[in-house]
Order: sequence, then C-alpha cells, then structure tokens
Amino acid sequence: MLRLLWLVPAIPFASALVLAVVRLPKRAIAWLGSCSIAASCAISLIVAFAFLGAPPAGGAYTQVLWTWFDVGGLRPQIALYLDPLSLIMMIVVAFVSFLIHVYSTEFMSGDDGYGRFFAYMNLFVASMLTLVLANNLLLLYLGWEGVGLCSYLLIGFWYRDPANGRAGRKAFIVTRVGDTAFIIGIFLLFHQLGTLEIQDLMRRATLQWHTGSAMAIAAAVLLLGGAVGKSAQLPLQTWLPDAMAGPTPVSALIHAATMVTAGVYLIARMHVLYALAPPAQFAVVVIGAATLLMAGFSALTQHDLKRILAYSTISQIGYMFLALGVGAWPAAIFHLMTHAFFKALLFLGAGIVIESLGGEHDIFRMGGLRKELPVAFWTFLIAGCSLAGLPLVTAGAFSKDWIIWGAYTAANGSIWLWISGLVGVLLTSLYIFRAIFVVFFGKQHSPVAHKPGYAMTVPCVILAIFSIGAGYMRGPFSDFLTAVLPWNPSAVHPAFSEIASEGIVAAVFFVGLYFAYVFFLRRRDYAAALAVSPAGRVLHRFWFSDWAMDWIYDRLFVQPVVWIAQIGKGDLVDGFFRFLAWLNKIAWRGLNRTQSGRLRWYAFAIAAGTIVYIAVVLFL
Amino acid sequence: MTAIPMMDGLILGGVLFALGLGGLLLRRNLLFILISIEIMLNGTGVAFVAAGSRWGQPDGQVLFLFILAAAAAEVSVGLALLLRYFHQRQTLDADAMTKTNTRG
Repeated sequence: MLRLLWLVPAIPFASALVLAVVRLPKRAIAWLGSCSIAASCAISLIVAFAFLGAPPAGGAYTQVLWTWFDVGGLRPQIALYLDPLSLIMMIVVAFVSFLIHVYSTEFMSGDDGYGRFFAYMNLFVASMLTLVLANNLLLLYLGWEGVGLCSYLLIGFWYRDPANGRAGRKAFIVTRVGDTAFIIGIFLLFHQLGTLEIQDLMRRATLQWHTGSAMAIAAAVLLLGGAVGKSAQLPLQTWLPDAMAGPTPVSALIHAATMVTAGVYLIARMHVLYALAPPAQFAVVVIGAATLLMAGFSALTQHDLKRILAYSTISQIGYMFLALGVGAWPAAIFHLMTHAFFKALLFLGAGIVIESLGGEHDIFRMGGLRKELPVAFWTFLIAGCSLAGLPLVTAGAFSKDWIIWGAYTAANGSIWLWISGLVGVLLTSLYIFRAIFVVFFGKQHSPVAHKPGYAMTVPCVILAIFSIGAGYMRGPFSDFLTAVLPWNPSAVHPAFSEIASEGIVAAVFFVGLYFAYVFFLRRRDYAAALAVSPAGRVLHRFWFSDWAMDWIYDRLFVQPVVWIAQIGKGDLVDGFFRFLAWLNKIAWRGLNRTQSGRLRWYAFAIAAGTIVYIAVVLFL
Repeated sequence: MTAIPMMDGLILGGVLFALGLGGLLLRRNLLFILISIEIMLNGTGVAFVAAGSRWGQPDGQVLFLFILAAAAAEVSVGLALLLRYFHQRQTLDADAMTKTNTRG
C-alpha cells in the first residue's frame, strides 16, 4: 500500500496539467479540480493507515522513482521520503487543500478565470506535497519554488487591477531574497558534505561537524534565511499582508494553512543541523519571539479583515519558530497542524463575510452579522477561540500551551521567552475578539447580498470540528512524532509544571477577551478615545504601517536602486551607442534626400560621378 | 584621300556627347531626352570609327553598325513607352514623373 505514495503529488499535478491545457465547462472544472485533491487526500490516508498498521523498517519509507540527473557526483533522485513528520504534513496539506477546493468551487463560481484558478491551485497542492515528501534538498527546493510560483500567480490572480500585480511581484521578490540564501545554503551543504539526500546529510553532518562549528552555523543560518522568507518572519514579513490581494481561498490555503508553514517544516526537517549550530537556533528563537509580538501589535490596528488575519498568521508562525528555536520540535509541528485548521477556517469565514457584503473588507463597515450568517459566525467564533486559545476546549489552546510551556522548560528555554509568549496570547485574544465583536455583533451597517451555499458552509463546519478535536490528539501525536523529532523537556525546571503554565495562559486569554469586550463591544468610545490620544495616534500609525517596515525598505533598498538606475541611464557606454544611432540617422537623412524621383537629377548624378571618377583616375 | 586626324574625330565625338548630355540634363520633354540620348550614342559611335581608322581596322565601323541596330531597337521600345505614358498622363514632362505609380 505504501507504494501508492507517488500518486499523492502526481494526481494533482496531472489534473493541473489537464486544467491548464484543455478547455472544459465550469462544472467539469469544479469536479476535476476538487476530485483530484480528494483522490490525493484519500490515497494519503490509505498510505497513512498502511504506515501506522505496519511501520516500515527504520520508521521511514523511501520510494525512489527515478534518478533526476547524474553530474559530477551530484545524483539527486526523484524520491519520496515518508516518516512521521512528512506523513503528518502530507495529510494536513492534502486534507485542508481538499476542503478549500470544495469551498472554492462555489466561491469562485462567478469568476471568468475558473479553469485558470483550479489549474494554479492544483499545481500548488502538487508542489507543496512534493516539498513535504522530498527526500533530498534539491527536490524540496523544486517544490519550494513551485509553491512560490503558484503563490505569485494566485496573488495576482485578478491581474486587471495593477495593485494586485504589484502585490504578487512584491511577494515573489521578497521571498526571493530568502530563497537565494536557501540555495546558497544547499550549495554549501553539498560542497561540504557531498550529498543532498536529507537523512544522509544529517548523518554526515553529525560525523563531520562538531557542535558550534562555523560551517554548521553558516549552513543553518542560510537555510534559516529561506525559511524566514517563505514563512514571512522578521525581517522578510512585509509581503504577506499585501498577499491578501488574492482570492480568499488562496489566502486560506497558501498564505495561512500550508505554504507559509514550509519554513517551519524545513527547520524541523533539518533539526539535526540546528542542534549542531546553537547560535543559528538562538537566531530562530529571537526571530520567532520578535515576530510574534510585532505582528500581534500590528494586527491590533488593522481594519481590513483579511489583513488582521494575515498579521495573525505571521504572529502564529512566530510561535512555531519560537518552539523550533527552544527545541520543542513536536510542539511546533503540532501548532502548525492546529493552526492550519483554525486559520484556514478563519479565512474561509472571512471569505463568506466579505462575499456576502459584496466585497467589503473594512470591519468597521460590517457589524451585526451574527443573525444573518449563523454558520459563518459560529465557525469563525470557534476558530477565533482556537486561535486565541480558549482553554480545555480548543485545539489552539493545547498547541499553544505546549509551546509556551516549552519556551520555559525546553533545552534553550528561558523566562523571557515564556513572558513574550504570554504577551502574544494577550495580543491574540485582543485582536481576534476585536474582529469578532466588530464584525458579528453591534449594529448592522450594510445588508447581506447573498448567503453562502453548502459547498462553502460544509467545509467550514468540518474545519470547525477539527479546530476543536485536533487538540485531543496531542498525546498520540507527541508519541508518534518523537520518533523523528526529539522532545525531552529538561529537568531544569521540574518545579514549573505544565498545569501552572496553562493556568496562567488561560487567565491571560480571559483578560484579553475582557478588554476586547469592553473596548469593542460595550464601550466603543473608549477605543476611539484611545486611538485619538496623542500617544495612541502615533502608536496606531506606527503599528498600522507594520512598524514602518515598508517605509524603511523603501528608503533602504528600493529608492537607492531606482536612483542608481536613473544615473546608469546616461552612462558613457550608452553615449557611444547613442552616437552611433545619431550618425545613422544623419546619414539616412542625407541619402533620403537624393531619392527624389527626378529623372534628370539622377542623370546628372551619374554624369557628375563619372566625371569625378575619370578626373580622379587621370590626375591622381 | 587624306586621312582625317584621329584627334579631330575624337573631338567631334566628344562635342556630340557633351551636347547630348547637355540636352539630357536641360530638356524636360521626354521626347527630347530620348533624342539627346541618341546624340550621345552617336558621339560614342564617332569615337569608335575614328579610333578604328587610326589603326586601319574595320572593327570600329563594325561595332558602330551593331550599336546602330541596337539603338534602333531601343528607340522603338522607348517611343512605345513614351506613347503609353502620354496616353495616360497627357504630358511628357520628366519632372512631373517623380512617382512610379501611375495612378497617383
């Protein structure tokens, strides 16, 4: 049964190809587009049961399809590697993708580019599954670039608006910075260790490098650069909020649930390397903690519903990085999984809200939608609670408690990381309940244009069930994953029990909920007064512009490049070629004048030419 | 019979050629241009004959006969074209025919 593994990425890829080439009627596109993902999801479940039923020797299964190429000792194979980590990723990706495809069949039904949309989405799923299942770094990089391409294509999906094209280019270029670091890291690893096969690489790295050696640090930092770009972490997070220009299912699938977590997956996959490079791992912690706080503050001030969720995504991936950095590897992957469920659900709910109001994104022009859109309200509420971490009930609470507890007790944990995690919980609870209260409670501002059908509500309900239920799987999940990802909460802080940490997190959650309730439901004038106070106004502007990062990058990189380009326009080399062009033009003008069409003028020119020629021959 | 000095013959040919060229450049009527070309042709013919007699060879005169025959054929074609042109344009002004397309 495990041999079916290759079909998991192959089916979506084939269907993407068919959708891109063949012109089909809408109904056929919807069926083909979502059934291919359904098939992929079903096969991944079959493979998962086969894997769990009879674990292969060594706890991992490798399927070699063929050798990609063979040049100078570099023999990357098209080979898939299935171990507990990639198994979980595969199922999460295939399952969430399937639900979002079903949702899209209705969401995109009024759109002209229906076939194009599903072709891109299927290609994305195929690339993401390749990324997750790749057994060597080069194939992983292929999937990595594939998802980047699909992200670019789908952000700029409504390409008639130049702003969407700009957002797509920004996403592509900013992630390119990280990808360049990543490919250099791959070169470095191959140069030093002579292989790209991930498991082989880890084995050789531990043999060849001692802990803290310069090469290990360099390689780990370069790979971290790639992860930071793809996962929208500080300092490359600026592309993700703008990426919300794409259709909402795209935001749900690519820019929340799956692609942006690729960086987390990469670091978890290469965790042996990070264990060899403590400074690089410390950098992961710092990036994660800083990003989760910065994005949390930014999310507080946004009034575009999708941008709130985008900053929330950045912040939650910050939590995952924090967990990776402190060495709580399974906690990061567990949060990745629960986050995929509840964040996809939040976006799908936001999509219903936005579409029912005819494309309205501003939360302050929504309001009172609780009665009109009950399914969207309840599922959004469940997902919001899961995101903020409503204790004991929701999946998000279990995963986040684990991370926050790990931030203190894991190998590299410290009290400061624990505190930043707590502040993050307060912010999360504030911004998500702000959104919920403003959108679904209060007075209704605009009428609901049309209500969602079953294709949109059923995926939401299923995701809502998982947003709650996934949390109870923590025990078996942890046991299953520790085979590949070590998890040993150190005995350094035995006094600090997990229950105590969870209790404090829960208290902080309710504090955030209470403040959101006071400021955005009960007494909205308090929030307004806070926003117009001098300090409030400065902070609001600062956070609203994402800590002025775009402004800084514009000054630091974009404008100098534009300036140099302006100077370069009139350089010496160009001058020479422009002179040639000028010379040609002059010659052309002169010769053009001789072609007058006057017969006698031609005769004169011939005669004069002959005379001059004879004169030259005679007298010179 | 006294031989005519070669130089005289060549001068005559040169003068004829120059007159023909002058006519070609100065006249605007196509018919006169055609006549001027004939005069130039005859100028060269005189030069051939003079040069031939200088060396006591008949080649110059033979060549001139060929030139005359070719010129006769050429003139008949030229006149025919001239007539066609006159029928279409009602003019023989060379300066008026700066465009090749007859309709313009």
